[in-house]
Amino acid sequence: MSQQKDEPEMGDEETPEWAQLSELKGAREGQRGGLVREYQAQTWDEPLIFNMGREGRRGIVFPESEPEVTDTVGESTSYVPDAVRRESEPELPEVSKPWVLRHYLHLSQETLGFTNLSPWGTCTMKYASKLGEQIESQQLADLHPLQDEETLQGVLEIVYELEQYLKELTGMDRFSFQAASGTQSAFVFTSLLRAYLEDRGEFEQRNEVITTLYTHACSPATANVSGFDVITLQPGDNGYPPTEALKEAVSDRTAALMVVNPNDLGIYNPNMKEWVDIVHDAGGLCFYDQANFNSTMGISRAADIGFDASQYMLHKTFGNPKGGLGPAAGAFGCTEELSEFLPSPVVTYDGETYLLDEDRPKSIGKVREFWGNIPLLVKAYMWIHAMGGDGIIEGSHLSVLGNNYLDTLLEDVPGLSKSVEDLSQHRMEMTRHSWGKLHEDTGVSTIDIRRRLTDFGIDAYWMSHEPWTYPEPFTPEMGEMHSKENIKTYAEAIRRIALEAYSEPEKVKNAPHNQSKRRVDEARINDPDQWALTWRAFKKKFPEWGESN
Amino acid sequence: MSKGSHPYMPNSSEEIKEEMLNTIGAETIEELYEQIPTELQFHGDFDLPSAKGELELKRQVEEILSENKSCDENLNFRGAGCWQHHVPAVCDEISERREFLTSEWGSPESDQGRNQAWFEFCSQLGELLELDAVGMPVYSWGNAAGFAIRMAHRLNGRTQVLVPETIGPERLEVIENYRRLAGSDDDLTIETVAYDRETGRMNVDELSEKCSTETTAVYYETPTYLGTIESQASEIAAIAHENGAECIAGVDPITLGILDTPANHGADIVVGTTQPLGVHMNAGGGCSGFLATRDEEAYVVEYPTLLLSATETSREGELGFAFMPEQIGRSSYGEREEGNDYTGTSVFLWTIRNAVYLSLMGPKGFKEVGGLMIERAHYAADKLSAIDGVTIELSSEFFKEFLVNFDDTQQTAEEVNAALRDRGIFGGHVVSDEFPELGDSALYCVTEVHTKEDIDQLTTAMREVIST
Repeated sequence: MSQQKDEPEMGDEETPEWAQLSELKGAREGQRGGLVREYQAQTWDEPLIFNMGREGRRGIVFPESEPEVTDTVGESTSYVPDAVRRESEPELPEVSKPWVLRHYLHLSQETLGFTNLSPWGTCTMKYASKLGEQIESQQLADLHPLQDEETLQGVLEIVYELEQYLKELTGMDRFSFQAASGTQSAFVFTSLLRAYLEDRGEFEQRNEVITTLYTHACSPATANVSGFDVITLQPGDNGYPPTEALKEAVSDRTAALMVVNPNDLGIYNPNMKEWVDIVHDAGGLCFYDQANFNSTMGISRAADIGFDASQYMLHKTFGNPKGGLGPAAGAFGCTEELSEFLPSPVVTYDGETYLLDEDRPKSIGKVREFWGNIPLLVKAYMWIHAMGGDGIIEGSHLSVLGNNYLDTLLEDVPGLSKSVEDLSQHRMEMTRHSWGKLHEDTGVSTIDIRRRLTDFGIDAYWMSHEPWTYPEPFTPEMGEMHSKENIKTYAEAIRRIALEAYSEPEKVKNAPHNQSKRRVDEARINDPDQWALTWRAFKKKFPEWGESN
Repeated sequence: MSKGSHPYMPNSSEEIKEEMLNTIGAETIEELYEQIPTELQFHGDFDLPSAKGELELKRQVEEILSENKSCDENLNFRGAGCWQHHVPAVCDEISERREFLTSEWGSPESDQGRNQAWFEFCSQLGELLELDAVGMPVYSWGNAAGFAIRMAHRLNGRTQVLVPETIGPERLEVIENYRRLAGSDDDLTIETVAYDRETGRMNVDELSEKCSTETTAVYYETPTYLGTIESQASEIAAIAHENGAECIAGVDPITLGILDTPANHGADIVVGTTQPLGVHMNAGGGCSGFLATRDEEAYVVEYPTLLLSATETSREGELGFAFMPEQIGRSSYGEREEGNDYTGTSVFLWTIRNAVYLSLMGPKGFKEVGGLMIERAHYAADKLSAIDGVTIELSSEFFKEFLVNFDDTQQTAEEVNAALRDRGIFGGHVVSDEFPELGDSALYCVTEVHTKEDIDQLTTAMREVIST
């Protein structure tokens, strides 16, 4: 192996630069260059839009109706029943267009968003192409979902083709794209499961859904919403439940298993095939939440393991932007046997024309209006073509490689440990870590560290889903988007904060220092007298704040 | 594409991979997959396309999508839950900013600007609705209605839900998937209340008969799916409250410069869509739902959504914005199956668009756009009904949508639509199957985007295609 330099100023592999603490730079301390760069968030001290208005100003003007229109219909108010006519104008701000534009530009500038590292575990960061956004705005914005099929042949073709690609990658027989998120895909499953069992006359008997503690909360939650009782298996020493626990849990009451694998600790349950067989033998169905598919794209297929249904996040795994928290799209796949229960409509192709099949008597109906988040489906299709089959497998590889590389760089960070420490095998695309020791030693919490991280222009990390089984957790995930240098920068920032926690704990506890705003008081808004979900509520509760904000 | 690394993946060169493996102490990437048993790994060939560069991909996708016919290049009168409204260009500019588009959720620490924009959405919608508590958005109007009904059940423990017979079939199908109750012998039952065939209004006598101490919630909509304005908001809320039930209203917010907010007539929970507020139709991908209530603890703790609040920061005089921690704890994120419904990734980007739209509109904008829609929709109804055999169903108290009936013509509504399409016009959504009692009818939608000339073009075309 040659001693390659990543960048001229970064030293060489013999003396890992991430260990050269005395050389650390950055974070508004007067030093430039190095792995962790100087950073100061844009700060506009931006008022609320409510305090920017002035009576008479406006941001949009609508035309008046043509004289022939008003001559024909008379006063519009004559069509509005007196009982429900609005008497008072809504108290919206009156702002001119340039300032509306500037205001929201300022707010975008006070948002780190995509602009730097964000290894937010369990969510999978990707490059989402600008071309996709162009296609959305130019080709998809002005389509109506209830247009005749013959006027939607382009998007229907793409949705149909997307289904074929997903069938390849997963082994599933049919897909529905109606779900508006991964969580709603789980809801498709629990709604479908109920319909399936009712169709067989088994629901009264089979109303238990089995899941595991490290499966996303949407599985037990959606099972509950669809009327099932939930059994949660607790993890064993390896980070996943022992197979014996599953054997004890299954019975003739078992409706289904809902499980994510690998889990959010980065651990893969190798007994999955056996688990599926156990549940099938008991008469239940098996649902694979592939939220963490980014480590196994092209490596392992849900259907080959025996799963009856599975879900994929087109907004994360398939290269769509996350939008802060949506719009999203869930791809729900299932076997031929279950496909008659899929949400309606599904896209079919008769060799000439693409069709929306609405005639599906056993369908669960709808989990959301219309037939899918079409721009995200088109962008997922584009992502598959941009990556290519080989590139998708490469994406899995690099995601796992990047995570393991980070794990290595974090190995000797003081106060930090890995979840399930005794497990020596390599993790998948993410690893859950714990700051338990650091917290004991210094009093600095994972929330403090998360805030301090943003001072380096690096997004705060995802800590952990509930319940926190490891003290002071954090869960990074590098994905395939971030470079080797990026990963080093991230590790270096983490290391630096850990050392700060031991040497200057108050600095970490009082972070952020370089953000557009200081530490937000989250605790007080648990109090009904102090929360304010709107400005009108805030003004009532805190009249002394006046007009200054 | 074999020229070095893939453009999306900076580590996809052999040299870099080798360096990283060397640091890890592994020989191959395959080694890193040691947790997955070989028999669970796929070893076949995938029938997937090979990688394309942006230039080729752009051409390919544009060529396929050119098979579509859009509402931009055709004249569209279809609504029925997704409407063609003007989207100010500034909405596009802002929501396409990559900081907001992002690859990630982000955090309150680093994304205060975005959090402020979210708060401004909730706050401005609160002004339009005259309600102090507005949750972060959910997937769609139907989802919002389903969540609200389950909120009502948690508040009063009852199981009967009354909805208007005029409810949109798709919305009802969505709600149907929310009526299961775990750990109970019963599910929620959804029953419809008849509507007046002359006016489209809910039959309040039947509502009185059906509403009882078993009723968890009465849900009504204004305008209704069939376009008519529900003028009995106060009576409906009163009947619900007399029986101890919650009153839930579904509303299209773009009407609220003209129509009074349901909160003023007693609605306890108001739901609806924000798609008309600056979000493109996107073939149905522009859906978004909202929930709003009075700022009362009993309601706020039952929201199935994330709640964003204004709060202080550690710098005196500075406002910040954060999710309410205990609300996250009450949601399924914290409580799993014991949480107050299911919560996950939603449609928060649309919230940015909505905030910009609301800011541009101000109080005058809503009044103007509402008046304009009413005038143009009624002008269209007037012109169309002048065609022999064509009649307008239901009351004249409609907003932007109305029912056009073709029973007295020689054509079916579907045939009319097919003929209109040949003339570059997308006719109304045919509701003959959904509401057979209304005969062969189609729901037409006229908004501020339609000029008099557009409507005249529709009228002329329809006159051509209809023979009586």
